[in-house]
Amino acid sequence: MKVTFPHMGHMWICLSAMLEYLGVNVVVPPPTSKRTLTLGARHAPEFACLPLKLNLGNFMEAAEQGADTILMAGGCGPCRFGYYAQVEHAILEDLGYNYRLVVLEPPRKHIGELLSKIKYITGHNSWREVIKGIYFGYQKARMVDDLEKQAHFLRPREVQRGSTDRAFKRALQEVIAARDPQDLPKVREKVRRIMGAVAVKPRPVLRVGIVGEIFTLLEPFVNYDLERKLGYLGVETDRSIYLSEWINDHLFLGLVRGQRSRKEACRAAAPYLNHFVGGHGQETVGSAVIYARQGYDGVIQLLPFTCMPEIVAHSVLPGISNELGIPVLSITVDEQSGEAGLVTRLEAFVDLLARRKGVVVQ
Amino acid sequence: MKGYLGIDVGSVSTNLVFLDEEGRVREAIYLRTRGQPINALQEGLRQLAGRLPENTGILGVGATGSGRFLAGIIAGADVVKNEITSHAVAASTLVPGVQTILEIGGQDSKIIILRNGVVTDFAMNTVCAAGTGSFLDQQAARLNIPIEEFGQLALQSTAPVRIAGRCAVFAESDMIHKQQMGYSLPDILAGLCEALVRNYLNNVGKGKEILPPVVFQGGVAANAGMRRAFEQALGWKVYVPPHYDVMGAVGAALLAREKMAGGGSTRFRGFGVADTNFKAGGFTCENCPNLCEVVEITCEGEAVARWGDRCGRWSGSLGYQDEEIRNAV
Repeated sequence: MKVTFPHMGHMWICLSAMLEYLGVNVVVPPPTSKRTLTLGARHAPEFACLPLKLNLGNFMEAAEQGADTILMAGGCGPCRFGYYAQVEHAILEDLGYNYRLVVLEPPRKHIGELLSKIKYITGHNSWREVIKGIYFGYQKARMVDDLEKQAHFLRPREVQRGSTDRAFKRALQEVIAARDPQDLPKVREKVRRIMGAVAVKPRPVLRVGIVGEIFTLLEPFVNYDLERKLGYLGVETDRSIYLSEWINDHLFLGLVRGQRSRKEACRAAAPYLNHFVGGHGQETVGSAVIYARQGYDGVIQLLPFTCMPEIVAHSVLPGISNELGIPVLSITVDEQSGEAGLVTRLEAFVDLLARRKGVVVQ
Repeated sequence: MKGYLGIDVGSVSTNLVFLDEEGRVREAIYLRTRGQPINALQEGLRQLAGRLPENTGILGVGATGSGRFLAGIIAGADVVKNEITSHAVAASTLVPGVQTILEIGGQDSKIIILRNGVVTDFAMNTVCAAGTGSFLDQQAARLNIPIEEFGQLALQSTAPVRIAGRCAVFAESDMIHKQQMGYSLPDILAGLCEALVRNYLNNVGKGKEILPPVVFQGGVAANAGMRRAFEQALGWKVYVPPHYDVMGAVGAALLAREKMAGGGSTRFRGFGVADTNFKAGGFTCENCPNLCEVVEITCEGEAVARWGDRCGRWSGSLGYQDEEIRNAV
C-alpha cells in the first residue's frame, strides 16, 4: 500500500511525519504546479471549485510515482467539499486509474467509522502508537505554523529582501528532516536560531488580517503567494486559519489549550451571521470582526470561485466594513485568474490603507 | 522649463504628460499601444521631446498602467504606481473635493470612492469586460461609424432602445436584433450606452455609495452618450476633466513630484532611450513544473530586468533590480 493525499500548503509535512512514523509507505505528490492545475482542470467539472481540480491533479501526479491509495478528508456539507473524495475517485476510475479510497469523516459525526479507517491505514500499530504518531504530526504542524507566523512578522521589516524567505526555507528543511518526536526540542532550538538571524529594521508597517476558505488560505500556489506579496509591500499579515488550529478544533475537539479556536470566531460573527453556512463562512465573518477589534488596518478575504460558504460571507462583509470602519478587499481565485490584476488590486489596497493611516510604508 | 514626466502604459493606449513645477499639464500625448508597449513608449518620448523646448529639465518620472514595470525600467522611473492610486491622485488634484471617480479604460473599468481626499474604497471589473472601451470600439467598427462620432450620434436619440447589457456577446446579438427590427441607429447607440452604464453600476459599482462631485475619466469619457447615460442613471452632473484621457499619466507625474519633493535626483534615462535598442523577450523556465513564463528586458543586448518567475530564480539574479523596483514602488 502506497498512500498519497492532496496538497494544501505545508500540510504534507505534518501528514507524512504522522504516517511515516507509523511505518506507512507515503507518496507525497509533486508540489502543486501549473502542470497539476492543467491536469486537474482538464478532467474536473468546470463549475467545481479550485480545490477539486488541484486535488485531482495531485492524485494523477502521485499515481505516476506509484501511489495506490488516497487518503482524503470528508465532510457533511453544506460545503461541496464533503463529496469531493467520492467525485474525484469516480473521475479517476473513469480515467483508468486504480486507486483505493479512504475517506476520513469528521469525528463528531462518525467516530466509529473514522477509527476503523485509521486502523485500516496504520495496520498493525497499537492505538497508543497511533496516537503518538498523530501527535508527532500535530507538533510538526505547530512548528511550521510558528515559522510562518514569524515570517509574516519579519518580511515587511527585513533589511535585505528575500532573507526571510531564505531562512524560512532552511528552517522548514530542519522540521521536515526530524524523524522522531524526541528530536523536536533540538529542531525547535535550531529553527529559532535560523529565523533569529534575519536582520530587521524598525519601520512603519501595516497590519492586514487574511480570512476565507481554508484551502485558498493555506496553499500559496492558489493565492499567488499573497502573504509574501503583501510582506514585500510592507504589510504584516495574520491568517484566520492555521493548520494546527484546524487539527485542534476538528480532530482533537479543542483539547489542546492555548490555541485560537473557531468558537471565538463564531461568537464574534453572531451579530452578523448567526448560523453555520458550511466551510469556513462563519469563521470568515467572525475573524473579520476580531481583526477590526484588534486594530488591524484592513482585511482581505480569499475564496475560490463558486465557493458557496464564502459567497455568503462576502455579502455580509460590507456591513462589517461599514460598521467597524475597516476596509475589506475580496479576492476570488480560479484557474482563469490573472496575477497582474491581483497585484494591481493589492497595491491599491495597500496605498489606501497607508494613506488612511497617514504612514509611508516601504 | 523644468517639470515632471508621467507615463501610463495601458492595454489600449500609452499616454505621456509633462507637468510644469506648479503641476499644470503642459503637454499630453495619447498613443495607441497596439500590443507593442516598448515601441509606443519610445514613440511617445520622441514626440514629447520634439514638442518640449530643448533645455527642458526632467525633475522626476512616474510610471503607471498595466505596463508600469516595463515603462519604469525603460524610462527610469522614480515612482512606479498602480493605476487606481494614480487616477485617484490626478482626479483629486484637478477636481478638489471629488468623492466618486468613474473610470473606464480600454479593458478595465473601475470605481474609486474618496472621502476627504483619501481613497476609502475601490473596485475593478473582475470577470467581465463588457462596457469597456474595447467593446465600444468593436461595436463602432461593426456599425461602420468612427468611434469619435459614437457619442454625438447617441445624443441625437429621442427614445433609447433597451439593450441586454449583461454580457458583451449577448449585447451584440441584441443590437443586431434591434437593427433588424428597424430601430434607428441613434436610439440603438443611446440604448447601448444605457445598458453599459447599468452593467457598470451593477457590477463594478455594486454596494458603493456614489456621492457627488462625480468625475468620469478614462478614454470612454470622450463618449458624450456614456456621459449622459451616467447623468441620467445617477441623477447628478458628471464632470469630465479636461485631460480625462491621460489622467493616469497625470497622476503618475503628480506622484513623482510628491516623491521628488523629498530630495534626490531623478533616475530618468533621458529622451535618448527613444533610440536605444530595448527588447522584450521571454522564455519558459523549465526548472520545475510551474513552467513560469519569464519576461526579460534587454537594453542593447544586456539584460536589465526580468520578471514572471514565481521563485525569484531569474528576477533575483539581477542583483540591483530588486532594490530598484523596491525603491520605485
